[in-house]
Amino acid sequence: MLKTQNNKAWFLVLPVLLLVGFSAILPLMTVVNYAFNDTFGNNAFFWVGLEWFRDVIRSERMHDALQRQLIFSAIILAIEIPLGIAIALTLPKRGVWASLTLVLLALPLLIPWNVVGTIWQLFTRIDIGLLGSTLAALGVDFNLGRDAIDAWATLIVMDVWHWTSLVTLLCYAGLQSIPEAYYQAGRIDQASRWAVFRYIELPKMQGVLLIAVLLRFMDSFMIYTEPFVVTGGGPGSTTTFLSVDLVKMAIGQFDLGPAAAFSLMYFLVILLISWVFYTVMTNLDQEKEEVPE
Amino acid sequence: MTAIDPTLTVVPRARRPRDHARLHKNVSRGMLILYILFLLVPIYWLVNMSFKTNAEILSGVSLLPQDFTWHNYAVIFSDSTWYMGYVNSLIYVVLNTLISVTVALPAAYAFSRYSFMGDKHLFFWLLTNRMAPAAVFALPFFQLYSSVGLFDTHIAVALAHCLFNVPLAVWILEGFMRGVPKEVDETAYIDGHSFGGFFLKIFMPLIASGIGVAAFFCFMFSWVDLLISRTLTSVHVKTIGVAMTRTSSATGLDYGVLAAAGVLTIIPGALVIWFVRNYIAKGFALGRV
Amino acid sequence: MAKITLSNLAHTYFPYPRGEQDYALKTIDLTWDDGGAYALLGASGCGKSTLLNLISGLRRPSQGRILFGDGDVTDAPTAERNIAQVFQFPVVYDTMTVRENLAFPLRNRGMKKDYIQSRVDQVAQMIGMEDTLSRKARGLTADAKQKISLGRGMVREDVNAILFDEPLTVIDPHLKWELRTQLKKLHQDFGHTMIYVTHDQTEALTFADKVVVMHDGRIVQVGTPEELFERPAHTFVGYFIGSPGMNLLDAVIDSDVARIGEHKVPLGGTFGPLTGRTQIGIRPEHVTVSRTGGLPATILRVDDVGRHRILRAEVAGAPVAVVLPEGAELPADSCRLIFQPEKIGVFADDWRMAPEHPKDRSGS
Repeated sequence: MLKTQNNKAWFLVLPVLLLVGFSAILPLMTVVNYAFNDTFGNNAFFWVGLEWFRDVIRSERMHDALQRQLIFSAIILAIEIPLGIAIALTLPKRGVWASLTLVLLALPLLIPWNVVGTIWQLFTRIDIGLLGSTLAALGVDFNLGRDAIDAWATLIVMDVWHWTSLVTLLCYAGLQSIPEAYYQAGRIDQASRWAVFRYIELPKMQGVLLIAVLLRFMDSFMIYTEPFVVTGGGPGSTTTFLSVDLVKMAIGQFDLGPAAAFSLMYFLVILLISWVFYTVMTNLDQEKEEVPE
Repeated sequence: MTAIDPTLTVVPRARRPRDHARLHKNVSRGMLILYILFLLVPIYWLVNMSFKTNAEILSGVSLLPQDFTWHNYAVIFSDSTWYMGYVNSLIYVVLNTLISVTVALPAAYAFSRYSFMGDKHLFFWLLTNRMAPAAVFALPFFQLYSSVGLFDTHIAVALAHCLFNVPLAVWILEGFMRGVPKEVDETAYIDGHSFGGFFLKIFMPLIASGIGVAAFFCFMFSWVDLLISRTLTSVHVKTIGVAMTRTSSATGLDYGVLAAAGVLTIIPGALVIWFVRNYIAKGFALGRV
Repeated sequence: MAKITLSNLAHTYFPYPRGEQDYALKTIDLTWDDGGAYALLGASGCGKSTLLNLISGLRRPSQGRILFGDGDVTDAPTAERNIAQVFQFPVVYDTMTVRENLAFPLRNRGMKKDYIQSRVDQVAQMIGMEDTLSRKARGLTADAKQKISLGRGMVREDVNAILFDEPLTVIDPHLKWELRTQLKKLHQDFGHTMIYVTHDQTEALTFADKVVVMHDGRIVQVGTPEELFERPAHTFVGYFIGSPGMNLLDAVIDSDVARIGEHKVPLGGTFGPLTGRTQIGIRPEHVTVSRTGGLPATILRVDDVGRHRILRAEVAGAPVAVVLPEGAELPADSCRLIFQPEKIGVFADDWRMAPEHPKDRSGS
């Protein structure tokens, strides 16, 4: 659509700007303030420059948390994106069953995050949880309080349970927009099921997949509540992801300076990786000159 | 021209070389059913526990409550700190949804219809707020709202949630608005409608489903977050998240009540999904990247 | 390539049809000859798309058989029918280049590499796209995309028929003519069986050797463009084809004369007693304005459509259009009209009746 050039449109955007600005810029300035200053309380600050940043960058603890976070997000994306696509392909296209499955799929998305944690904490307990006790009965030595692998597996399965539906809903929306003629053309050309997926369905899902990857990356990278409830970051610090570590640092130890510096770098890392995803995925197809049909 | 021959029976489906396709269909059906079971089993376990007594919960695993009880729900509905937790959460969620959609509507209209100085940067900046980790903002929020005297009010939580809900609402609404041809606007102006009159009477009904989807997502993301809401409230506005931490007391965890409280948090979401089920998928597809 | 036979074919979308009104396609018997260029013409909702979907295998008929050559394909899936289809909206594989698009049907059928290479080059030349072979299909214009989907159909040498489902819908008007001409030439050069569904009579008449006219789930006439124009078998064909369409007037047929009110119109042949609603039909091109003899008519208005003028008049309460010759003079508000007797068609309950004894000069 051709847009009219009109700078008065700023007035329409103003409420959003004020509201989001109030909630974003002021707190951000507080964070920036802390990041460059030290305080002994009583609102007395003195300038420390980049010292906090140097500390955080050199900190072993931060490196470990970042590494864990990257591994976690990579695993999450590697499982949820293909699984979400696969489930979307199996969904009925219309009718009562389509509505019903959509509602069931969306259910985990609407559960408060601490309740998600609670559900999985209870579900995996060896004494009172269905999964935990089943595993114990099968002779698996499952203990997420002691075994780092068990803790990781639980968090990953929980996240898959919680969020794969989001990918599925997005892909389903993309699939629904494909006209029947494309499938008919595929049959005429004797395309295999794989070829139909590769050349008809996947290209049409590209847009929604980009949203899915971005959202899942951002949210898995920021995950806090669920691991906090299920493992509390343990055993040891094996599931202490960036957010968990940050809150420990800021509220637990009240190291506001390093925590603020940490926050800013955290934010920048998310921005940077999101930008990389965005650029890579939009450049997969070089020719972007879409012709209006 | 002969009429339809009633004696001619429908051709029997003699040769069906589509067994392979049918097998494929069955496999995918099976996969879907398995996946939905995977989604439902943990929820089933929570519901199951919520109808058990603590003694039964701790005595071991049983697939159905042996000693069925409403006691856990009775605890919640008879204790005002419990049920007020739900009421408080619903109040700020609804407030947030109203605020987010109201301010997002004109902004989305501006993004979909006009190009203005800095529009692209502004849009991107809005989206970056979606990327700010809640944990990063928890403490500054606490300080900000304390300093303006809003700490421990519903509106504080509602405003804080706007940080990630307004960008999302703008994003979704903009997608829907782009689907409305510009000629609609122009015709209305020619017919002598003022901007406000046109927007309320003509334009909003056209994007009603978009408003519904945006409201759904605002509701959802405000409802599922308990980190910020817990940070910004203490005595007067106890949220459900705070209430749930009360189940661990000196005598140990009250599992039954915890499970019942969890079940009750699922219900508002499930109701909302049911109302917008036909639009959920649509809302995502229209978003601009 | 093969001839396509539709035998006793009918289709309904209802699982338990209550009667003829529930059928989207009433009984159809038709043979499409090998190598013919056919148009399937009708208003929207007449069943032409249903018929196309039965031939392509997208739907299975409720009744009857479809034969390709001598083989029964009624139950065969689309892939086995070896047909090609060009859709209303361009269907191309966006992420592939033009070359990959054209090679796709051959690759899926496991053809040899060098054969594919040479065949794709050949087809690219046929559709005039040899210069854009290495471009991505995504960025191309709608008409180029339609050419690619046509090329994907022609790339298989053994294709039984190429089906077109209103393929020019999204093409710019000035390119429509060009594409149609190119299609016609491709048909003449390579002789594929082509079935072209459209609701646009100009497209149908200029493209096809034979036009199949459908109305209300039935085939009402199969004929060359001239036949449809000169001797429409059904009143629908009469007014659907031609611009403006045939004039139809209720009349009582009495041997070689049609009576409209108290006026008599001489006919080109002798007719026996007819039952049902009887009408005479005459093309606007075959009516002349006269001062002396003929049917009295009231003049409503004159439309200038560029090439000629059209007189809109009324005879006994029914509208009649007349194509006026160059420079013809007109009386102010009333005139008399003469119908050329040998061009008058007689219809009983909408179907054309043949005269028992044609007059010598009528020739039909």
